[in-house]
Amino acid sequence: MINDAAFSDPARERRIFAGRLLISVFLVFVTGLVVVARYVDLQLTRHKDFATHSDNNRVHVRPAPPSRGLIYDHNGELLADNRPIHILTIVRERSDDLDQLLSTIDTLIDISENDIKRFKKRLKRRKPYEQTPLKYDLTERERGILAVNGYLLEGAEVSARLMRFYPNGELFGHVIGYVGRINERESQTIDSVKYSGTDSIGKTGLEKFYESQLLGEVGSEHVETNARGRVMRVLDNIDPQPGNNLTLHLDSRLQRVAHEAFKDERGALVAIDVKTGGILAMVSAPGYDPNLFTSGISQRNYDSLLNSPDRPLFDRAIRGQYPPGSTIKPLFGLIGLHSNTITMDYAIDDPGFFIMEGIERPWRDHNSKRGGHGKGVDLAEAIIESCDVFFYKMSIKTGIDLLSNYSEKFGLGQTTGIDLPGERPGIMPSKQWKKGARGQSWFNGDTINTSIGQGFMLATPLQLAVMSARIASRGKMVTPKLVKSINGETLVSNEIPEPLAINSEHWDYVHKAMKDVVHSTRGTAKGISKGLSYKIAGKTGTAQVISIKAEEEYDSSRIDKSQWDHALFVAFAPAEDPQIAIGLIVENGEHGSSAAAPIARLVIDVYMNSNTGSHQAAIAEVVN
Amino acid sequence: MLRNDFVRRMESPGGDKRGSRSLHIDLPLLLILISLCGVGLLVLYSASGQNLFYVKRQALLMLIGFGAMFAVAQFPMRFWERWSFVFYGIGLMSLLAVLFFGVGAKGAQRWLDLGFTRFQPSELMKVAVPMMVSAYLGKRYIPPTFSHVVMVLIITFIPVLLIVRQPDLGTALLIFASGFFVIFLAGLHKRYLLSAFLLALAAIPTLWIFVMRDYQKQRVLTLLSPEDDKLGAGWNIIQSTTAIGSGGWSGKGWTLGTQSQLNFLPESHTDFIIAVLAEEFGLIGVMTLCTLYALLIGRCMVIALNSQSQFSRLMAGSLSLTFFTYVFVNMSMVSGILPVVGVPLPFISYGGTAIVTLFLGFGILMAISTEPKRLRIDL
Repeated sequence: MINDAAFSDPARERRIFAGRLLISVFLVFVTGLVVVARYVDLQLTRHKDFATHSDNNRVHVRPAPPSRGLIYDHNGELLADNRPIHILTIVRERSDDLDQLLSTIDTLIDISENDIKRFKKRLKRRKPYEQTPLKYDLTERERGILAVNGYLLEGAEVSARLMRFYPNGELFGHVIGYVGRINERESQTIDSVKYSGTDSIGKTGLEKFYESQLLGEVGSEHVETNARGRVMRVLDNIDPQPGNNLTLHLDSRLQRVAHEAFKDERGALVAIDVKTGGILAMVSAPGYDPNLFTSGISQRNYDSLLNSPDRPLFDRAIRGQYPPGSTIKPLFGLIGLHSNTITMDYAIDDPGFFIMEGIERPWRDHNSKRGGHGKGVDLAEAIIESCDVFFYKMSIKTGIDLLSNYSEKFGLGQTTGIDLPGERPGIMPSKQWKKGARGQSWFNGDTINTSIGQGFMLATPLQLAVMSARIASRGKMVTPKLVKSINGETLVSNEIPEPLAINSEHWDYVHKAMKDVVHSTRGTAKGISKGLSYKIAGKTGTAQVISIKAEEEYDSSRIDKSQWDHALFVAFAPAEDPQIAIGLIVENGEHGSSAAAPIARLVIDVYMNSNTGSHQAAIAEVVN
Repeated sequence: MLRNDFVRRMESPGGDKRGSRSLHIDLPLLLILISLCGVGLLVLYSASGQNLFYVKRQALLMLIGFGAMFAVAQFPMRFWERWSFVFYGIGLMSLLAVLFFGVGAKGAQRWLDLGFTRFQPSELMKVAVPMMVSAYLGKRYIPPTFSHVVMVLIITFIPVLLIVRQPDLGTALLIFASGFFVIFLAGLHKRYLLSAFLLALAAIPTLWIFVMRDYQKQRVLTLLSPEDDKLGAGWNIIQSTTAIGSGGWSGKGWTLGTQSQLNFLPESHTDFIIAVLAEEFGLIGVMTLCTLYALLIGRCMVIALNSQSQFSRLMAGSLSLTFFTYVFVNMSMVSGILPVVGVPLPFISYGGTAIVTLFLGFGILMAISTEPKRLRIDL
């Protein structure tokens, strides 16, 4: 290497260097100024925009869902509760690889295929950045495992939330109904602000009818989140207002005894407080466990409920429409007396069949051996022994118009106005109805069929109970109600219309006849009178499922049970000062006297026994 | 100029033997460095999410750095000039070793695993390349002739190409710059500058098509329109400019920056740490830091101007300009002026070997600053 420094000119070299350094200083100054200008621009000129952006980054308004109102029975027993559960949720946007995440979770805790299937379904309907539930109700152990492995699970989060819980399972399934996840159709009709943060809604029963009361008011939280969306602190919050608590007229003891009395039978029972119209018990058997629906029912469970021949999801108490059969006789008799078509002395001879002029086919008496009820059958006897021929004859005299008009006043042929969704109106046939529904004119034969609660006539168990209550209260027009008070405030019942102006002699007469159905030796329901310390008034009924030709004999041993007659019973007690009224049906139970009446007696027994104990009232006092 | 030299020497007679000078410490430089390190640790504490582990490690590395700086300063410039060839050689060997035995992450292979520690040879080259070039030109006439320019290009480009292969485009460009600064300060003729400029323009498409990898191209594209890819590559830029802008005039307060504390800001304790400072201390904080940097660079340039030999001069000048380049590139990329390249902010960003290398450079500058005045016969 040549060292030419020896020949260098240090002064010139310094000069060159100094010149270049000066240029450098200038360049450093200019470029430095560019950077400084950029920071000034960002921090002063555009500060506001960035400050806003920064706040939008970190501050989110998060809805604070209210806790749903609780539902208590008459005695303060909790029927619908909110239980804190832990659920595993995933925010799709925060997970880089969803399949990877799911398989990681699967290695940690038990995730069923069903969970994944339902999760994927929910995933399709979610809003962006929404927590989509993967698994409900984590055990303590599962939560521990997930917490320890949290670093592997970016996008997954365990969060606590309240879930509806029905402590009594299927006992109140139909009445209270259930809540379920808001579906697409519902999400279009509800106020999305009120429901922000809430993912379930009342689907059936009281949960649906009182949805607006139970829901509560949503609160909000201003929260600061980090870049991954995890909440770091709450800056400010408005507390949610919990939903209103409902107290029902329902008495869980009556409900339980009625539910159990049905055993494996299908049917329904409604018990009403005669004075207030409050529903004391309302059972549709078989029932279902509403808890299955709260976290989204699995397809298999749903299919098995839906396809069961016993139709457990069908609420027979308010939606089942059955021919009322002979249970209608006291009412029709009352109408006959009131309209002066018959008198209390009016009596007929019953040969066991009825022949109307111009019609060859005779109407048989279903409730007697061949030969009929004999001579001198008056209204009382016709009710006590359930004589059909008496009512055939009477109805021709009375005519369908009077029967139909008065029956409506007793709640038949129209919805009763109970505080439940989906109530059916039944059918109280009339000339007008037949013209409209069938396009045919009314025949006397139709009147005769109607007179024993057959033919076109249909009623729900609830309507039978209402009818029975209105007869028991001597025409007081009570409306059935499930909810007694909201947040302790007793509902002011709608003004009860004037009681029907019916001669009290007629009431006495019919009440006595109904009492004798149970308490006389000839009564069709005498079987339940044994050991009674009080008096029950009632009426049995049998409703045909298939029509039996006049010359044929009904023989249950020759036909399938699903075609056996339905057994019905209406009752009220105590007969002298009625407090509770009941309407009930046992599907294919054959005879009201043997299948239905004993169930009513069990329920009334419990009611009468508990009502005498004053400590029950004291409990109710404390709870409310 | 001549008289100035004479006067300055007269003003400090026998100063060589007194105080800090005898310890080869440049007091102004030391004070500025200590201030910068203090600011750095303060910001790092907040940027790491109040994690003392990072702060302690950084402080330890700074102490090692100061030690290394004092050690380097003790060697006379003649030593560095004579042995620069060896350092450069060692650097090249280790770069080659990285190519074959290197370890790394995210598709880049930049480290040598020495068993007890990991070592990044490209860091060494940040000092070794300007030193080698300065030593080469220090013995020659300036301005450099054509053959000198060619030689300098060879010296510079061998390590640069090796580093591009790793790939580490950012460091490669900085090392190229450090070599270029030397030859620029040595008075490289304007026609070379012009042709270099034109050549660079022509090279851009070539680089784009043949050299740059997809992620590097993405970074450039992102710079042009960060909004196109809000959650991907654009996220960093959007979040860092938001952090800076939301800091405003006086900032949100130490450890109270929401962007940085809530993890919106990526790499907040390493390359993007300036955004934390800007968010929490505002423009006042940024200006304070810039002032410290300006003082530091100014002091280095004074040292360069007053240095005793051609080698020292070129070395000091190149180091100060390179230092400025680090600061400029980092502050520009975080604020969205330049594409994101991995350049830490000197003394503030958390990072192992980079800190030590920085101090090595300032050790050389201290050595230059405290060189005994060479007796010169100026006629």
